[in-house]
Amino acid sequence: MDWMAWTLPTAIFFASIGLLLLGMTLYELRRPCVERRGFLPIATTRGDRLFIGLLVSAYLHLLVIGLSDWNLWVASLLSLAWLLVVMRWG
Amino acid sequence: MNKVPNNKAWWLVLPVFLLVAFSAVVPMMTVVNYSVQDIFDQSSRYFVGADWYRQVLLDPRLHDSLLRQFIYSACVLLIEIPLGIAIALTMPTKGRWSSLCLIVMAIPLLIPWNVVGTIWQIFGRADIGLLGASLNQLGINYNYAANTMDAWVTVLVMDVWHWTSLVALLCYSGLRAIPDVYYQAARIDRASAWAVFRHIQLPKMKSVLLIAVMLRFMDSFMIYTEPFVLTGGGPGNATTFLSQTLTQMAVGQFDLGPAAAFSLVYFLIILLVSWLFYTAMTHADKQ
Amino acid sequence: MGARKTLALLLYILFLLVPIYWLLNMSFKSNTEILGGLTLWPQNFTFDNYRVIFTDPSWYSGYINSLYYVCLNTVISLSVALPAAYAFSRYRFLGDKHLFFWLLTNRMAPPAVFLLPFFQLYSSIGLFDTHIAVALAHCLFNVPLAVWILEGFMSGVPKEIDETAYIDGYSFPRFFVKIFMPLIGSGIGVTAFFCFMFSWVELLLARTLTSVNAKPIAAVMTRTVSASGIDWGVLAAAGVLTILPGLLVIWFVRNHVAKGFALGRV
Repeated sequence: MDWMAWTLPTAIFFASIGLLLLGMTLYELRRPCVERRGFLPIATTRGDRLFIGLLVSAYLHLLVIGLSDWNLWVASLLSLAWLLVVMRWG
Repeated sequence: MNKVPNNKAWWLVLPVFLLVAFSAVVPMMTVVNYSVQDIFDQSSRYFVGADWYRQVLLDPRLHDSLLRQFIYSACVLLIEIPLGIAIALTMPTKGRWSSLCLIVMAIPLLIPWNVVGTIWQIFGRADIGLLGASLNQLGINYNYAANTMDAWVTVLVMDVWHWTSLVALLCYSGLRAIPDVYYQAARIDRASAWAVFRHIQLPKMKSVLLIAVMLRFMDSFMIYTEPFVLTGGGPGNATTFLSQTLTQMAVGQFDLGPAAAFSLVYFLIILLVSWLFYTAMTHADKQ
Repeated sequence: MGARKTLALLLYILFLLVPIYWLLNMSFKSNTEILGGLTLWPQNFTFDNYRVIFTDPSWYSGYINSLYYVCLNTVISLSVALPAAYAFSRYRFLGDKHLFFWLLTNRMAPPAVFLLPFFQLYSSIGLFDTHIAVALAHCLFNVPLAVWILEGFMSGVPKEIDETAYIDGYSFPRFFVKIFMPLIGSGIGVTAFFCFMFSWVELLLARTLTSVNAKPIAAVMTRTVSASGIDWGVLAAAGVLTILPGLLVIWFVRNHVAKGFALGRV
């Protein structure tokens, strides 16, 4: 596994993605979700909202890196806030 | 169709999931790992955080090739999709001719990509190629190796030659799926050819068109071999598309870190655009 | 209207065939004739270019290698995609839509950088330079496509057929092989064609994962470039030969493509 060139931050990143997926699966098994319409222009399920949230977060990080000198944590915090908003009201 | 909720269906999907995940997840993770490190060799590598991303996002060379890539993919879709639909509409519906048409149309699809490049490389040459020679005979000064516009058009024509058949074949099979009753009803209503197309044929082709649009978008956005063989990215940088810039970085300069960061940005772009296509077209289906 | 349609179609077919003719034309010429000037048909008709390919093992083994892994890939793709497509077309299950889209995303990774981890992954499990490695790697983009196409065909088969079969006491595997697969035969044909095609024309992965024993024809073709220039004649002959296996496949599935999707995706 040495050739995979692991680093601690990426390991944490993938572990959290894995945990997130696991968590969503368990949550879905316990309380299946219904498709609904929030502020997003399409009806979405919980999983759709997570995907949209993560994709937008990725782009948000790229924006912060590309257009500003802000610390990357700013982008992460913004993304977290966005994720919560989109999961709740999206 | 009403689908039955049944989580045991996962067992049927499991082989596919494992097989694809094996080839997909490990390389993806590795590329992410590369993208945050400065790598000299196996033992000496250093964590650099988001530096490569910053470098890549601010690199004007990449902006240029990204712009070229978007223009190219847009051209490909705008030409090939309508042309493919038109061809599918003109194809004979039954008999020996339809089989022959299908076979002839499938030929370009079955040629390995580097051979496609080679064919057009010779075909377009002014001294020994039919296309180049006849264009020059007509008084057009055509030289794809020296003239930017010529190179562009040649790459585009090559792509149209190569891939329009895919769109046409998919649309053709979609059209075959329309029962005759629909056409009869249209005839009774005295619907115009356009109305038949707009209200009967196009809606029925929507799902195969989704396949065609997505495949053409993804493949044209990652085009590498054909322009590389044909023009080598030149003249200048005129036909250097994203993948080729990426390959120059990864293989030519062996900048593994920046190249990895770049591939991930690249992947995100394709992911977003494909998702938009996919969502737009599947949601249009529901309404 | 009819005549105009036919004319348009003929023009398109001409457009498709002329470059192919040029390749064929070149493959029967000697190099001096090719580079000497423009000739519309071979002046000195020769089979020499083909003779080179059929007598040199490093040439024709390229074809055998390619055919081998392409067939292997088609078989693997179809056999795993069939049950999965059935599941997608008949059942709702946890994360089905997301899984489906995730499968499609696997066509989207730009190969240049991914080639290195691929090489290392397959080396680390000892499959480097084997046919199975290329076949498995090509599954990455062929399996999702196969699932996608097959799912369309299967959705076109009424569910009553399944239910009747189960009432008649068929077990799932027996029903699937005996009743269901013949029903979507044309879909399987079309899918096989697409898997064959995409695996046959793919070059980057195949070249990265092989060196000698499983070297694909497309990689062998780079041998024609040498210090003395490009051997255009042999290159053209090799190119012509790469079209033939595909033609054979399309010949077998031609009727399926025509009727094929009639069942599916509407």
